[in-house]
Amino acid sequence: MSGTYAVAQGCLAANDWLCGEYLRTRRGELLDATVEHIWITAASVSIALLLAFPLALAARHWRLARGPALALTTILYTVPSLAMFALLLPVFGLSAAVVVTGLVLYSLTVLVRNILAGLEAVPAEATEAARGMGYGPVRLLFEVELPLALPALLAGVRIATVSAVSLTTVGAIVGYGGLGNLIYEAMESFFKAQVLTASAICVLLAVAADLLLLALQRALTPWTRAGKTGG
Amino acid sequence: MGTVTDVWAWLTTAEHWTGDGGVLQRLGEHAWLTAVCLALSCAIALPLALWLGHVGRGGALAVNLSNAGRAIPTFAVLVLLTMSPLGRHGDWATIVALVLFALPPLLTNAYTGVRQADPEVVEAARGMGMTPWQLLRQVELPLAFPLIMTGVQTAAVQLVATATLAALPGGGGLGRLITAGFGNYDTPQVVSGALLVAVLAMLVERLLTLVERLLDPMRRRLAPVPNAA
Repeated sequence: MSGTYAVAQGCLAANDWLCGEYLRTRRGELLDATVEHIWITAASVSIALLLAFPLALAARHWRLARGPALALTTILYTVPSLAMFALLLPVFGLSAAVVVTGLVLYSLTVLVRNILAGLEAVPAEATEAARGMGYGPVRLLFEVELPLALPALLAGVRIATVSAVSLTTVGAIVGYGGLGNLIYEAMESFFKAQVLTASAICVLLAVAADLLLLALQRALTPWTRAGKTGG
Repeated sequence: MGTVTDVWAWLTTAEHWTGDGGVLQRLGEHAWLTAVCLALSCAIALPLALWLGHVGRGGALAVNLSNAGRAIPTFAVLVLLTMSPLGRHGDWATIVALVLFALPPLLTNAYTGVRQADPEVVEAARGMGMTPWQLLRQVELPLAFPLIMTGVQTAAVQLVATATLAALPGGGGLGRLITAGFGNYDTPQVVSGALLVAVLAMLVERLLTLVERLLDPMRRRLAPVPNAA
């Protein structure tokens, strides 16, 4: 027992990149950071999704709003993440709201575009047939157009989520970066195992979220599996 | 409103622009890093993507690279490279990180551009007896040009963003104004630095749109198409 302990202590003391002892001794810290990372990402994408719907519908309804709305989202997407969080700092102070708002703005760009593209790709025959069967505009939207736009929408959610997982790390600049906080802290103390472990968990989170959403997409849109997959 | 006037005061103070660590020095570092890395990544990605597109192989690679690029946190890679042996060689850790994140959009767009060149036109060119090299240079490349430039534009914007993050592990560039401002609890400086970075990113994007219009080999043959990107 004491032999293995000495070896394990060695890897922390030697500042190795890979260190099992680090995983064992800092499990709580890693778990807390991962939980913060997940809720920041989930909150951002959920809020963005709630906002993207009415925006996409409005952009579709009022043609004049379309150009400016898309131009604005392109400009927002051009702003580098560090600058985005820095610009939001005076609005929210040092809080998680800075990171969540920044990520909502990035996610909105992807989601509005994809929802709009999905709605516009609905075949005219389908909407015509539904109208002929006496569907009102609300029923048409929820029972015909949205289901058909679902693959494009979910493709957007996947891109937004994976990007948000990766961008959350930059939130470390205001102290709300989930695993990014551990990377930031370890960068200053040159703690290799912590940087590598936190980075690896972050990539794993992104991959897991992507696979989970892919499974959701398959489950919600079984008709796309027979032919080519949408989005 | 106090913030707006403070930021204005910061930006209009001459000492903040000149001297060691001033805006002009940081802007120069940022522009230099972006330009060098854009040239490097184009030199690596474009020939490879054009060749892969021409022979029609590596499609899965081109698509998956973009997805991987999104999933890997730029900040983590910057810190990892800075702490690796590469970090002891000046700017090289930053340059490698910047190039790594600029490659996916370049590869994906150039590959897709060549693959999507109208197959009938490509067939006709083959039928006329064009050699593979002539086909690539005179048919596929001009047809793929708009998408290649979209890739260059995306890569450049990505480079400006990554160069900003490079300030966190101690690199140069405009990001340093932001990190230094955070260090001194100087909100006007943080916001001023962020504004300068945002403006630079937008300028780079506009500049490359302009370059695309000027260089498009098809521009005399087709009516101007509104920006589809």
